[in-house]
Amino acid sequence: MSVNSRRVRAIVRKDLRDFRRNRSLAVGMAIIPVLFCVQPLVTVFTLDPAAAPALGHEHVLLYMLGIPALVPTFVAAYSVVGERQQGTLEPVLTTPIRREELLLGKALAALLPSLAVAYVVFGLFLAGVKLFAASAVASALIRPPDLLAQLFFTPLLAGWSIWVAILISTRSNDIRVAQQFAVLASLPSIAVTTLAGLSVIRVSLVAGLVAAAALLLLNWIGWRVVSRLFDREQLIIGTR
Amino acid sequence: MSDCGRCFEPGIARGPIGPYGDDVGMFGRGGPGRRRVEPEGSEPLPSPGSPSPPGERLGSSRTGTSALSACALSKRFGDRVAFCDVSFEIGHGEVFGFLGPNGAGKTTTVRTLGTLIAPTSGSATIAGMPLTPENGVEIRRRISIMPESPGLYLRLSVVENLECFAELYGTPDPTDNIDRALRAVNLVDRAGDACGTLSKGLRQRVALARALLSDPEILFLDEPTAGLDPVAAREVHELIVALSRSGVTIFLTTHRLEEAERLCDRVAILNTTLRTIGRPAQLRDQLFARTLTVKTLAPLGDPGQVFGGLPAVDGWRQTGPVAYVLTVSDAAVAAPSVTRALVKAGADVLSISESHHSLEDVYLELIDEDETMRAG
Repeated sequence: MSVNSRRVRAIVRKDLRDFRRNRSLAVGMAIIPVLFCVQPLVTVFTLDPAAAPALGHEHVLLYMLGIPALVPTFVAAYSVVGERQQGTLEPVLTTPIRREELLLGKALAALLPSLAVAYVVFGLFLAGVKLFAASAVASALIRPPDLLAQLFFTPLLAGWSIWVAILISTRSNDIRVAQQFAVLASLPSIAVTTLAGLSVIRVSLVAGLVAAAALLLLNWIGWRVVSRLFDREQLIIGTR
Repeated sequence: MSDCGRCFEPGIARGPIGPYGDDVGMFGRGGPGRRRVEPEGSEPLPSPGSPSPPGERLGSSRTGTSALSACALSKRFGDRVAFCDVSFEIGHGEVFGFLGPNGAGKTTTVRTLGTLIAPTSGSATIAGMPLTPENGVEIRRRISIMPESPGLYLRLSVVENLECFAELYGTPDPTDNIDRALRAVNLVDRAGDACGTLSKGLRQRVALARALLSDPEILFLDEPTAGLDPVAAREVHELIVALSRSGVTIFLTTHRLEEAERLCDRVAILNTTLRTIGRPAQLRDQLFARTLTVKTLAPLGDPGQVFGGLPAVDGWRQTGPVAYVLTVSDAAVAAPSVTRALVKAGADVLSISESHHSLEDVYLELIDEDETMRAG
């Protein structure tokens, strides 16, 4: 099966334009990561420099990987059921687009703003730590391996959350229900990154590589499975 | 042409036609002028060389095959039958009207032919491609569907909506196609407006422009003039005629019977099953006998003697103290002889008029019959 990149780009461009003008979605995407950062920032700002050596053995920054796991769920959960509710899905499905192309376009359209939000919020978090935390704490906290982990795991975790959310979106009749279920479905990923940040789960280079490979595979499987489960007829006639 | 063995010749109606054959007397069941409709009553599409009646654009000449054919097509949703045993063929460039009450299965038929939903049984060929899951993409490349609801992205501008669909259809020159589509529906000056700010009628026109982007072979229009003012509706009508003249086959679903009568070369009336199919005038003639209505100043002494034996008069009945309805085989022949007979009988004639039946009469007659049968 070949994927027509032009059709995928058309969906991505259209969705990004739509998201940009959908205030409630934009606010939802922006507020959640800010709320996610408040508690850790307060904790870091108030940390005594004496705590810095202990921080050096932990990977607290991995906690921030919860953001890419959570942020795209709102957009991705909206992607199919939202179109269906506003009556725009049927015209799209009457075009020659394949379901794999439609879903890939939807996923990329959710991924791009999510990456932007996740990286920007992470950058702001780092800036805040650098500026307002004790310098010893900041040095112990901000380490290259954790930055690399953030860089590479952000798209992988976001991608996985997106496929789960799109799957929920294709099986839902209501946008809010889809979004709530998608947030619930992202909790295991958030739990894993949080436990890694708290060093409950031991983090190593090998474990990171295995996790990255597993997530990459899961993303590919997610695309194929969601495409297989995407039922034009059910989505059009609306009986579920 | 279909090869399922159950189908008709190109353009000839099939599908279950109701039991109109009851012997119900001079005027038939359901009122004066009603006639039996025979399943084989529809005529085949004219051959490429045959002259078409004025204003008609029938033809299967482009490739020698029909643009669209359905053979015993059915769709069920569990126990519910959406439509059943629907068969027809449509020629290239034909405007085919698909009429029926709400819930008759019209939209489901369009969706089935548009590869959005799979038929439960039967077969179809659309733009030369058999209706199979494998051919879905290719069929959708050759057709275009304007759904009942415009389904526009309201936060996007008109041109942004069209850009998206031009890309999805893979048009070679999206800008040119968008420009032509906007000009066709007279929306050039609103191209930059967000669709959410447009009236219902303008949204409908955007949806029509979207359907034109891909230069389709077959255009499915589901209620294209719903919500349009008379001027805009007339523009859509003109566009449909122009498209048809350029060879686009139009499958028009509408509740506006006068619209169907004016635009369509042939119409089909669906009420879960296909009730009838043919040219509007032909359906009228099949279903309703031609009649003359005679009104006199005073009751005729012996109407039987006045109307009996007149040329082209097949029968008569009194519908009021001074009103008579005559069944005639040829009104042009019957009217003068009736006039002469009335004058000879010393009657003061107030009026003699030929009864005209519209497509709406045909539609209501068939649907009423269905309702009666269901109630009975």
